[in-house]
Amino acid sequence: MESTPYRMFSPWRVLAITTNTLIELVRQKVFYVLLIFALILIGSSVFMARFTFQQEFQILKDVSLGAMSIFTSILAIVATARLIPQDNEDRTLYTILAKPVPRYEYILGKLLGVLLLLAISIAVMAVLFTAVLYFREQSVLDDTWRQMRSAPPGQLDEALNAIRASGLNGDIFIGVTVIFLKASLLAALTLFISTFATTNIFTVVVMVFVYFIAHLEPIAREYWLQQRHAGWITRGFLALVVLIFPDLQAFNLVDDIVAGVAIPMAIFTKTALLGIFYIVIYTLAAIFVFYGKEL
Amino acid sequence: MIVVFGVLKLPAERSLAQDHRDSHLADLDLNLNLREKIGQVGFVAALSGFRAMLADLLFIQAQAAWERTEWGRVLFLFRQITALQPHVALFWDMAAWHMAWNASAAAINDPKQARQALRIKAQREYFAIGKDFLERGIKNNPRNSKLYESLAMLYRDKYNDHARASEFFREAADCPGAPSYDKRFSAYELSYCEGWEPQAYIQLRRLYDEGEQERLPTLIKRLKYLETKLNIPRNQRIPDAEPSKR
Repeated sequence: MESTPYRMFSPWRVLAITTNTLIELVRQKVFYVLLIFALILIGSSVFMARFTFQQEFQILKDVSLGAMSIFTSILAIVATARLIPQDNEDRTLYTILAKPVPRYEYILGKLLGVLLLLAISIAVMAVLFTAVLYFREQSVLDDTWRQMRSAPPGQLDEALNAIRASGLNGDIFIGVTVIFLKASLLAALTLFISTFATTNIFTVVVMVFVYFIAHLEPIAREYWLQQRHAGWITRGFLALVVLIFPDLQAFNLVDDIVAGVAIPMAIFTKTALLGIFYIVIYTLAAIFVFYGKEL
Repeated sequence: MIVVFGVLKLPAERSLAQDHRDSHLADLDLNLNLREKIGQVGFVAALSGFRAMLADLLFIQAQAAWERTEWGRVLFLFRQITALQPHVALFWDMAAWHMAWNASAAAINDPKQARQALRIKAQREYFAIGKDFLERGIKNNPRNSKLYESLAMLYRDKYNDHARASEFFREAADCPGAPSYDKRFSAYELSYCEGWEPQAYIQLRRLYDEGEQERLPTLIKRLKYLETKLNIPRNQRIPDAEPSKR
């Protein structure tokens, strides 16, 4: 029997590790987070009865997109942090690498597994949120139409357009995409840190600090580049922060999207490209460190 | 490797940050002034990208404070809310409504304040706070018709200043997506201003000539009034009869 020749890169090996990672994560009941999200969405409607439709839609969008952002950020960090330590503990890491599976394929497969989990989670949350917002919008439109049936057509149209303007719009999906990019960036960064971390907890704690520092990065950057009279220690520290940490503020477009500010396509494209750039670089860094790691 | 990557990413980050500033995105100033306004937890939430959720949480608290008629707390909360989300016109509008309409009504009817002069003073202070919210809201959202409209209504209903009301209804009408009644309301308010009757007549007549959808009872009534006041020749007057009071 002829054996298949060994390939330096095999997309099938990566796919096998990806699907295996996804199955492992699903078995850990990470999708329960979706249940909590659904409960938040449904529960928030209890508070909405006393608000006008504009207030209700505003709060619904803020709470839903904010919850998606929190949950996917936490999911990205917590789910990724345990991947390599878990395989190391179960000794499956040696079995996989002995196949032989190149170390870079292992890292790539693990990352893609987490990204797939994040994509599925975000997609489900987005569908739930869109459905709730759509049905509420339709309900308000029906009520308005019934109450203003006898009003002049121009006035009725204006009232209905005001409701539609407050409800579902295309920019929300741009917000969802940016949330996914931010979570993917956090997953890649967590994977990089877990390649040299000794424990799962260490990775999670470091990532929590990184999360907050990365949100301060733009302030550090502007101060470093514009303040010439600061001491060399301060400038050195700021340079380190700016060069090492990603700018997570660049991915905080959801607040403006919910406020009704239109996001120019150029900004969305630049944000997406920057996100992809971060993900690629942190993945390469993870592969580089993992190659040098003594197992 | 990370440092080299950091040097490579720096121009892209600066360019994106500049684009954000040019488009007035995420232009919240994360400084000590904001920290004082919204407290430590709020500041951390704002830093972490959760200012929208925090603003909504504070808004729900403000709603509860309103129901308990705790006007000081309502004002305090709305200052935080508008600091967190300056581009949500709804928050500025609600803040102004609570101050200029609700709190001012509570102040003028305050049973604990025996002196009417002090009650009127408190009422006017609330008018001014409401006006301030709307003016700052307009600075942050210069193309939002609702805020101009609310400011016009404040001048009309609280200050009886028809000239300013007309001006702000006109500003509202010039905003994209403004409702059609803003133009009419601007003309109505102008018709109440002494010495501006000819301009008001021209505006109202122009609206009348647009068609049936503009020939509402108030418009016809104001036109009839101006036709009499300005001695418009009979053959140039509108054919409609003055709407009767029911």
